[in-house]
Amino acid sequence: MEFTVEQVKIMDSIIARYPRSRSAVMPLLHYVQSIDGYITPRGIEKISKKLEISTAEVTAVSTFYTQYRSEPAGEYHVGVCINTLCAVMGGDAIYDSLTDHLGIENHETTKDGKVSIERIECNAACDFAPVVMVNWEFYDNQTPQSVKDLVDAARAGNPPAPTRGPNTLRTWKQNSEVLAGLSDGLANEGVSAGEPTLLGLKIAKGEK
Amino acid sequence: MTPEQALLETQAPVEMITVVIDGFEVTVPKGTLVIRAAEKLGIQIPRFCDHPLLEPAGACRQCLVDIEINGRAFPKPQASCTIPVENNMIVKTQLTSPVAEKAQAGIMEFLLINHPLDCPVCDKGGECPLQNQAMSTGRPESRYEGVKRTFEKPIAISSQVLLDRERCVLCARCTRFSEQIAGDPFITLIDRGALQQVGIYENDPFESYYSGNTVQICPVGALTGTSYRFRARPFDLVSIDSACEHCASGCAMRTDIRRGKTLRRLAGDDSSVNEEWNCDKGRWAFKYLTSRERVTTPMIRGADGELHEASWPEAFAFAAAGLKGKRAGVLVGGRATVEDAYGYSKFARVALGTNDIDFRARPHSDEETSFLSSIALGLTTSYKDIDKADQVVLLGFEPEEESPIVFLRIYKQVRKRALAVISDAPFASRGSVKLSAKLVTEISEISGLTAKSVILVGERLSEKTGALSSAVALAEKTGAKLAWIPRRAGERGAITSGAISTLLPGGRPVSDASARVDLAAAWSVDSLPSNPGRATSEILLALSVKNLDAVVIGGVDPLDISNNALSQLLNSFVVSLEITHSAVTAVADVVLPVAAVIEKSGSFQDWQGSARAFDKAIADSLSRSDVRILSMLADEMGTPINLPTVAATAREISALGKWDGSAVKFESATSVKDSATGDKLNLTSWRLLLDLGTLQDGEANLAGTARTASAHISNSRALKLGVKVGELISISSDFGSLELPVEISEMSDNEIWVPRNSIGSQVIASLGFVSGQVTVVKA
Amino acid sequence: MDSKTKLTPVLSANWDEKDSFTIAGYKRNGGYKAVTKALAMAPDEVIQMIKDSGLRGRGGAGFPTGSKWGFIPQGDNKEHYLVVNADESEPGTCKDTPLLLANPHVLIEGIIIGSYAIRANHAFIYLRGEIVHVYRRVQQAIEDAYKAGLLGKNIGGKGFDLELTLHAGAGAYICGEETALLDSLEGFRGQPRLRPPFPAIAGLYAKPTVVNNVESIASVPAIINNGVEWFQAMGTEKSKGFTLYSLSGHVNNPGQFEAPLGITLRELLELAGGVRTGHKLKFWTPGGSSTPMFTDEHLDTPLDYEGVSAAGSMLGTKALQIFDETTCVVRASLRWSEFYKHESCGKCTPCREGTWWLVQMLHDLEDGKGTEADLTKLLDLCDNIAGRSFCALADGAVAPIMSSLKYFREEYLEHQRNGGCPFDPIASTIFKTVGA
Repeated sequence: MEFTVEQVKIMDSIIARYPRSRSAVMPLLHYVQSIDGYITPRGIEKISKKLEISTAEVTAVSTFYTQYRSEPAGEYHVGVCINTLCAVMGGDAIYDSLTDHLGIENHETTKDGKVSIERIECNAACDFAPVVMVNWEFYDNQTPQSVKDLVDAARAGNPPAPTRGPNTLRTWKQNSEVLAGLSDGLANEGVSAGEPTLLGLKIAKGEK
Repeated sequence: MTPEQALLETQAPVEMITVVIDGFEVTVPKGTLVIRAAEKLGIQIPRFCDHPLLEPAGACRQCLVDIEINGRAFPKPQASCTIPVENNMIVKTQLTSPVAEKAQAGIMEFLLINHPLDCPVCDKGGECPLQNQAMSTGRPESRYEGVKRTFEKPIAISSQVLLDRERCVLCARCTRFSEQIAGDPFITLIDRGALQQVGIYENDPFESYYSGNTVQICPVGALTGTSYRFRARPFDLVSIDSACEHCASGCAMRTDIRRGKTLRRLAGDDSSVNEEWNCDKGRWAFKYLTSRERVTTPMIRGADGELHEASWPEAFAFAAAGLKGKRAGVLVGGRATVEDAYGYSKFARVALGTNDIDFRARPHSDEETSFLSSIALGLTTSYKDIDKADQVVLLGFEPEEESPIVFLRIYKQVRKRALAVISDAPFASRGSVKLSAKLVTEISEISGLTAKSVILVGERLSEKTGALSSAVALAEKTGAKLAWIPRRAGERGAITSGAISTLLPGGRPVSDASARVDLAAAWSVDSLPSNPGRATSEILLALSVKNLDAVVIGGVDPLDISNNALSQLLNSFVVSLEITHSAVTAVADVVLPVAAVIEKSGSFQDWQGSARAFDKAIADSLSRSDVRILSMLADEMGTPINLPTVAATAREISALGKWDGSAVKFESATSVKDSATGDKLNLTSWRLLLDLGTLQDGEANLAGTARTASAHISNSRALKLGVKVGELISISSDFGSLELPVEISEMSDNEIWVPRNSIGSQVIASLGFVSGQVTVVKA
Repeated sequence: MDSKTKLTPVLSANWDEKDSFTIAGYKRNGGYKAVTKALAMAPDEVIQMIKDSGLRGRGGAGFPTGSKWGFIPQGDNKEHYLVVNADESEPGTCKDTPLLLANPHVLIEGIIIGSYAIRANHAFIYLRGEIVHVYRRVQQAIEDAYKAGLLGKNIGGKGFDLELTLHAGAGAYICGEETALLDSLEGFRGQPRLRPPFPAIAGLYAKPTVVNNVESIASVPAIINNGVEWFQAMGTEKSKGFTLYSLSGHVNNPGQFEAPLGITLRELLELAGGVRTGHKLKFWTPGGSSTPMFTDEHLDTPLDYEGVSAAGSMLGTKALQIFDETTCVVRASLRWSEFYKHESCGKCTPCREGTWWLVQMLHDLEDGKGTEADLTKLLDLCDNIAGRSFCALADGAVAPIMSSLKYFREEYLEHQRNGGCPFDPIASTIFKTVGA
């Protein structure tokens, strides 16, 4: 199946952002994921043609970065931070209870295609540990129960909003489109900062 | 290019640097890497990723050494393959620094923890840098107690290259070669960290014309050639330096023999020609030697019309009887060595008393005959000129397909300094794309050439009347250097050997009486024929109309010349000197078996005009070189040519020397505009490197990487024809037709290009010509 | 002096405003005034000012920012590039992410000034890909800055042109290494390049390039606005100015604290409400997992470049991960090792194979299968990795192991004696009282 004329136009606009076309390989891969849900052969072949690099060179890039998937992600891709600090603070317990709850393992997707899970490394939110990312949106200060509730709600089509993110959780494909640089207009939704971020400031201002 | 080579090439003074390595001083040009400066002292620092012809990577870390400069020591060991020498540098290798020694041992241990202990069944065992350096640098016993990493093994990354990933040390030599040298990044590193591996994109195999080099430079047994896998142990092989017979690039080769059988061929090392590379055809196309079609004994056609085995005396007697006193010509193909071509030349003049001899088993023209006997004879343009060129012009020449090492040399400069390349091809081939070649439709469009420019003319330029003359004029006008690069290995040498109607050996013009006298004296004959000789097509015509009675023919595939060449032989007495049974042996009256390159000694002249001598690789071969057979035949005829051995022939050629009298003048031709009109399209073609050429017979793994034939047309022509990429079109001439899938390229609407001799696209057989007007419709 | 009075919110000053991330919110608090001021100066004056301020890189290495700018050859008729390293991925590090979420404009303002100084007309922000909402905020901010004439052609009518491109990474810690980042931005695998040439000579697209951390660049507008003396009044002798300290882990109130360089953990812990009530400090990282860990011996170590270095670690990203006595240091080291193994790019042998091996050894040690001899072997492997690899990733990989063995060797051996980990993992979780 070919990409649509509209999609090819968007690819061209992504390429046009860079002084040299090859730089567009990463956003194009994010874009392919936003359409196909993972890095498909047709995506690799299209990028290869567009950027005039070999399919092997595109594969070299797509397999290097962990966000690019070789198999479809769930509509809600749940990443549980299991790097030291989050693991110690509860990430391990969260991950164990989540795999029990869903009956799937790392990098697997539930049969309904709704939820996939991944053990992720530090996601730069340590003051909110334990952290869970859903479609790469922050879910701060999680517990095993809160994450079970989260995936249940997501599978029912009603996921809670991210802690620091837009008012409603977007799908994995939709967020892949954002990473390709296509605005969804939601930047102004959500808080400026979570409470821990403001702690020092509030103390300095005598508010705490 | 190494700094030493840079020094040679520029002749400019290069700053010299003196460093101390393990207490010994060594002075090397600025820019020399520490690892190479150490080599000069005979100090071998272990290494895997380092390769002198590839950009430094610093990846394997095996070459760590201690360095201090101006008394200041680096806080940690440095990779000697990435650090250039500096004044006041003191280097301590594993020989004098315990830190370097431990660092190297540590790296070796890391490399081995995941390396399988399958050396006993690994092709590389016995010639393996990892094996050798593990002995010199590693620990006696591993401290690793875990389970080694495994991968599915082996995977075929092409039909001719297999990959055993668990053996790989990820030095990236293969991927760097593919990208930096060949411009074919079809294998890359994929995944990352401990799972990083070499790989391809799943749907695109490693079909580079140069893929075999990655097998050769792999420092472990990760990449192996399908055809050689499990066939031999290196220590059972005898290696012979050789030269490649497949094209005029002139590659130095190494042929590895075990008990009289060729097991493999490798690129030899010649920095002025092929550096350390060769193409896959040169590496893997040698199975024709052991083909079932091999002619093993002389044969004579009997009264029953069949060929029968005969003894040599019988065969010589039969052949001599058919030739003696008859009007006979000589056709010799492009595989002939200098010595063989000389043999054919002398045989024609002395034994047959004729100038009817031509080495061009392909389309040719009078304009070309004149060009070859005048200008081409004395051309001295070389690889070095390409290295220094400001522009390279390709006329009737696709270097990647027709002279792959010339391609590598141009690509090197394109990559290094964006050398400008101009081509007269009708569309941008993959090679042209890699060279970023600018396409022109007419030679007259080319401007801006200087004395530093190089014009590379292929043999196909002669197919367009006047084009050779335009090229010559362009070179004369601009001072640009001209080179003629034939496709076959033997063609340049055939000119100097006089295997052409207009020239006697050493460039002596047939038309020049003093040249004839000079040669007659040297050959101790009364006189030499003075009447003008015929070219290939004229000889064939004369045979067919019985103006000639007989022909001596060696290494010719009639379908390379024309669709009726074979039938033109039918009415005459045919003496065939051949390696394998062919269309010619099928109609020959006498077949005399001859040796292939590996079985004989001799030399070729590469396109530069340089001699590429080689020795017999199979010492006890019973096959004989063409020249020796011709000499015995001449004896039988009573008109000896006295060339009993290749060595004797070489001595005679050398003693004869070059003609220093007046030379033949080039007679230029005016170009004929030959553009298609109406619904007709101009068809052009050239041969792909891997195709149906007979010297590639019997090597299926190599053939598996040949490009699939397709016809290239413009997008708007495809729209007009109502065909999409991959759909079939029918291409027809007055003679016949062929069907091919369509490929769309940026080209003129009136042009169509097809491969000349590939599966499904044998142009001479199907269309009756190599270029001309055709009718194209959707099939 | 009371720790509270030590805090110096500069970057974080307006984060508590609901619209702090908008251009309106930023301008209301004085945003983009520094651009006007800087564009009125000569580019070299801007470089000199940043040099004089003593601002040092906040991404970990602490290289003087002004000097980095000064390395860019001028008058070379080549394009120059400024690339912002926003690939925040070092374990424990969580400063640039909240900064960009709360105020992307301060980065953009710093980029404009920095680009002007080094004569770059195209700048890039390489943002880690796993933080989508930050991407939205930065993208919106760039769009708004273009609309406001702060990016694009003839900025502020001063004839300075600047394009700014936001680029999402896709999950690779190694891209925080500046040359790997450049390869990644050029569309290759993010594997480090050979140096020399350094990015200042041949960086992005082989052109002179400055790569700066988010916080470094974001600190520039304040220096331009308030002057060198103001900046130098903060911090210590060789570590000038303010910075973000991120406290996480077993503290009562984790969070961001903007303070002058040289503050101590004792002071910061006081601000964070102390170590988790009822527990005591066991070990901590001064600047992410790649910086050798400290213990309660180091509570008063000044957290500036020199102070931390003198105590045997590195200031790094000032990511202070606090672990109390419920935490197993072997488990912590194993997890970090798994991280480095996961993130090793694979290019060089000691990192690729070494981290792979280290993880196996640490697994065995955690499971109580290791012996004292294994500890010796483990240290020897670390010695064969550290300083032998292509880039610093592997140095970071051995840091937690070597430092934990230095302070907690007995705990490793206790695993063997105990036949497994003696710690209850639930005891260290934050919800142990809430119930799992």
